[in-house]
Amino acid sequence: MSNIGEYGKVYQNFNWDISERELGYNKGDTINIGEYCSDRICKMGKGDKLALIWEGFSGESKKYTYNDIRIRSNTIASFLKNLGLKPGERICLFMDRIPELYIGFLGVLKLGGIAQPLFSAFGAESLFTRLEDAQTAAIITQKKHAPKLKTILGQLPYLKHIIIVDDDGSKALREKELAFHLEKEKQIESFDIFPSKAETPSVLHYTSGTTGKPKGAQHVHYSLISQFISTRYVLDLHDDDIYWCNADPGWVTGTSYGIIGPWANGVTQCVLDSGFKAETWYKFIEKHKITVWYSAPTAIRSLMKEGDETVKKFNLSSLRHLCSVGEPLNAEAVLWSKKVFGLMFHDTFWQTETGSIMISNYPGMPIKPGSMGKPFPGITATVVDLKTYEPINKAGVVGLIAIKPGWPSMMRTYWNNETTYQSKFKNGWYICGDRASIDEDGYYWFVGRDDDVINTGGHLVGPFEIESALLEHEAVAESAVVGKPDPINMEVVKAFVALKAGFEPSKMLDLEIMNFIRKKLSPLAMPQEIEFVASLPKTRSGKIMRRLLRAKEWGEEIGDTSTLENE
Amino acid sequence: MSDIKNAVLSYVKNEYLEEDDDREINFDTPLISGGIVDSFSMVSLKRFLETKYNIQISDAKATPEAFDTVNNIINLLKEFNVQ
Repeated sequence: MSNIGEYGKVYQNFNWDISERELGYNKGDTINIGEYCSDRICKMGKGDKLALIWEGFSGESKKYTYNDIRIRSNTIASFLKNLGLKPGERICLFMDRIPELYIGFLGVLKLGGIAQPLFSAFGAESLFTRLEDAQTAAIITQKKHAPKLKTILGQLPYLKHIIIVDDDGSKALREKELAFHLEKEKQIESFDIFPSKAETPSVLHYTSGTTGKPKGAQHVHYSLISQFISTRYVLDLHDDDIYWCNADPGWVTGTSYGIIGPWANGVTQCVLDSGFKAETWYKFIEKHKITVWYSAPTAIRSLMKEGDETVKKFNLSSLRHLCSVGEPLNAEAVLWSKKVFGLMFHDTFWQTETGSIMISNYPGMPIKPGSMGKPFPGITATVVDLKTYEPINKAGVVGLIAIKPGWPSMMRTYWNNETTYQSKFKNGWYICGDRASIDEDGYYWFVGRDDDVINTGGHLVGPFEIESALLEHEAVAESAVVGKPDPINMEVVKAFVALKAGFEPSKMLDLEIMNFIRKKLSPLAMPQEIEFVASLPKTRSGKIMRRLLRAKEWGEEIGDTSTLENE
Repeated sequence: MSDIKNAVLSYVKNEYLEEDDDREINFDTPLISGGIVDSFSMVSLKRFLETKYNIQISDAKATPEAFDTVNNIINLLKEFNVQ
């Protein structure tokens, strides 16, 4: 029997009090996610239950019970407190998927700090933009990532501490660096957990937009109410499940459903800190008898590419429920998973800003392959007209996905950017920025983004940030960046580049520019294709018409070109 | 062939490790599954090989497995008579 039971009935009768009751939370109580994910589970008698089974790429492994993560998160919180860090300060977690990242996240929250996880593949400039905006007070990282801070440290006056979790003493620590070893520290049995309330800030996740710098979506501890119950209803986690979420906690799925959701439900989760390799992944599922798997379309399509024969080498019969997130899951991938695993992937839709799943396919509800599913209980969703923002009541008509504000995990603001936050609301709806239609049965069907943001492998990349970085290359006079269709990643970054006088297009220059962006921003932002052009299409006022270039890549109608400069 | 092997290894070290990253990388170190070169960065490694050795590697051949170690890359290059 699934946790949600019959979707239609639950949707009709649902209110968030159900989640509050299950968590034992009463309005006005203190609510600290760090405590709810560790101490509370121990008090329920599950202290000896495994919380985390971790495996590194070379096969090394570690296991932590709920009591272990309770004590170790206390130890991290205590260490941070002794450094003089205070509640409300932003503490960045900049690590690969190692245990310190997961447990450290709880530790920061127990201190009352605002956890700021960042993807460890970010280059110095991407890191700087986000640390500067958040005025981050401390960063917890690994020896191999610390050098990225070297060139930007002087411009980050608010950054007081760089905490290295794997220092081996082989090199002298640099300015502001200090060593912390989770296993060697004196373990703290009892920590005075910060008495956060529902609206106390908890997590700051940065996300990219079409223009301007990345925005920090700020969440609060009350988000737990959404994350807990959506984990239960959508991921269908039961007490005896072994759960695996592929997402990196540098992104919101990795925290909402890679830390908070499973641990608030007292479930055992597995983490594999390894790059993609189909056989490694299948072996991991087989070895740990994973039952519930939350993956992403890019990963699923990459597995498809490896072929059915690879799947057959492994016993994957432990799997009982599959979900997917990050970008729309194409029907072919859903049907393939049914063929090879005997189970369909359940697509889910949500965003950094929403904090938890908004639209989804549920256990027991018939899946229409290629559809996003239906709104989560407690979520009032619709599609609205692109101009009037009035709900569209006709099936099959494309509009903007819109959610009625008020669910617990809704971001509370964009850090330092309340104006942009307010601009997300139109006519009483939160506008997600994605276009979709709703069919006659109430299923949502994704159409595309409503802006120039590029969704590559489930990660949103802002073209403006890449274009700005491109201009810093000595050969680049001007550039425009768009998403180009890709069979695995949905979209990849393509850059149109006009060179300065004295530079000629060449394969070497192409590679040099690719690597320049990869190191400066991140591998996600690196253009996978560069087209050298004599000039870029512009409006008469000089603005680059990115949409013309995008339309060309997607084989779409170019539309109105009346403002084109050289028409 | 050892010149090519060393050239590829040297490129990986210089391009995909931070300046102060003192991890030892040899011809059998897992690059993709080991998280040194992620699936996005693999495109730039592919482009390097294509540019340096004047070949075209099809998407079908550019698998994570084929790029997972320097030795695997060398085996791939042999298919293009690069040796």
